[in-house]
Amino acid sequence: MTRVFLLLLAAALAAAAPARAADMPPDVLVKSVTLEVVDLISKDKEIRSGNRAKLIGLINDKVLPHFNFTSMTALAMGQNWNKATPEQKKRLTDEFKTLLVRTYASALAAYSDQKFDFRPLRARPNDTDVTVNVRVLQPGTQPVPIDYSMEKTAGGWKVYDVMVGGVSLVANYRTEFANVVRESGIDGLIRSLNNKNRALEGAQEKK
Amino acid sequence: MRLWVVCCLLLASGCATVDADPRDPFEGMNRGVFAFNDSFDRTIATPIARTYRGALHPEIRDRVRNFFSNLADPLIGVNNLLQGKFEDGFFDWVRFGFNTTIGLLGVHDVASDMGYEKHNEDFGQTFGWWGAPPGPYLVLPFLGSSDVRDGLGTGVDFYVDPMRLIEPDGLRYSLWALRFTNVRADLLDASRLLEEAALDRYVFLRDAYLQRRRSLIYDGRPPREREPESRAGVNVARRPRVDTIGENEAEKGLP
Repeated sequence: MTRVFLLLLAAALAAAAPARAADMPPDVLVKSVTLEVVDLISKDKEIRSGNRAKLIGLINDKVLPHFNFTSMTALAMGQNWNKATPEQKKRLTDEFKTLLVRTYASALAAYSDQKFDFRPLRARPNDTDVTVNVRVLQPGTQPVPIDYSMEKTAGGWKVYDVMVGGVSLVANYRTEFANVVRESGIDGLIRSLNNKNRALEGAQEKK
Repeated sequence: MRLWVVCCLLLASGCATVDADPRDPFEGMNRGVFAFNDSFDRTIATPIARTYRGALHPEIRDRVRNFFSNLADPLIGVNNLLQGKFEDGFFDWVRFGFNTTIGLLGVHDVASDMGYEKHNEDFGQTFGWWGAPPGPYLVLPFLGSSDVRDGLGTGVDFYVDPMRLIEPDGLRYSLWALRFTNVRADLLDASRLLEEAALDRYVFLRDAYLQRRRSLIYDGRPPREREPESRAGVNVARRPRVDTIGENEAEKGLP
């Protein structure tokens, strides 16, 4: 009986004061966002039957606020970032964001049925740059680690890189970006990201 | 046979391209093999893998994956021992023991349920653990991304693979075919992701491969790598402190 009462109390408290993302420790944030998104996908028939636009909408609402895309783009650009004008920086960030969100949507659609293992955070209380470890468990293979590099900002903890199986997404774009910039400049990179995004959009509309 | 391929590639240093990535001096030739692998994959491997995935229930594909995964565990154990990780190596053999008996020849991964975790080791990683550098990046025919060290490692992996002992020939070939088909079917989602994410799939896959292998050799905890662009220990590329675009303008003159 006391347990039921405690549960009710907890539920009431949770409803009265929903924990604000800005106050959440990074590992709690990753866990709650992951579980919420996976739960929403599993309940949504349209997303499960392949409605990619709706899935992207869900990611925009629930996941995007916790990413710092300017940091991600700056890291992927390396030294070329400092050669870009503010206008170019903004366009680069927008195009890269669109590409990453679309890729993320495909990854979620493919892997949201898997089991997640949220690892305890190893960091000191006043750290402002931490790595949150999650593992995806699949039968017959080694668990796949997903590591979120996060930094503390005024608006709460933000992700600035994601490592999947030891592969940093941001580092992986660095050579590609540098190659395109060397061949056709920063505007060339903006163009090729834009072409890529439009091609993917077209391909999904056809389906 | 595969060792020969690797050796020939080693000798072929003459075709190194100018202005290449230092990790990939054979880029020209590698891209050729990449294109060959790609057309083989598109016309033969992917259609077979799709059919396979469509025909078999995911549960059955799990059983197939478990069966081959179990056959690999004893050698994963040997590699852990060769890397001085005696506890991990011992538990790889414990896994093999439980899964082969209670798990009915490995089709049920009961050891993972008991808490004995699957490891990922091979001879390429062992050579790396011993200090062998990766050497130039290589794309091997049919097998895909590799480097000189891992190519030699893959040769050893094949040479000692217990599946080579299976008789008669017909059964052995069928099992190899099933093993590769299952692996390719597991990678269908990943290859679509790659197609979507990459501007240049060759570069994206190469960089991912090199990062992944490095991470595996350090068992998921590699030391932070210094960026090639950074100078004199000042790591500019890794961590520019940017929260807004405007703020970064102040740093413009810095590096």
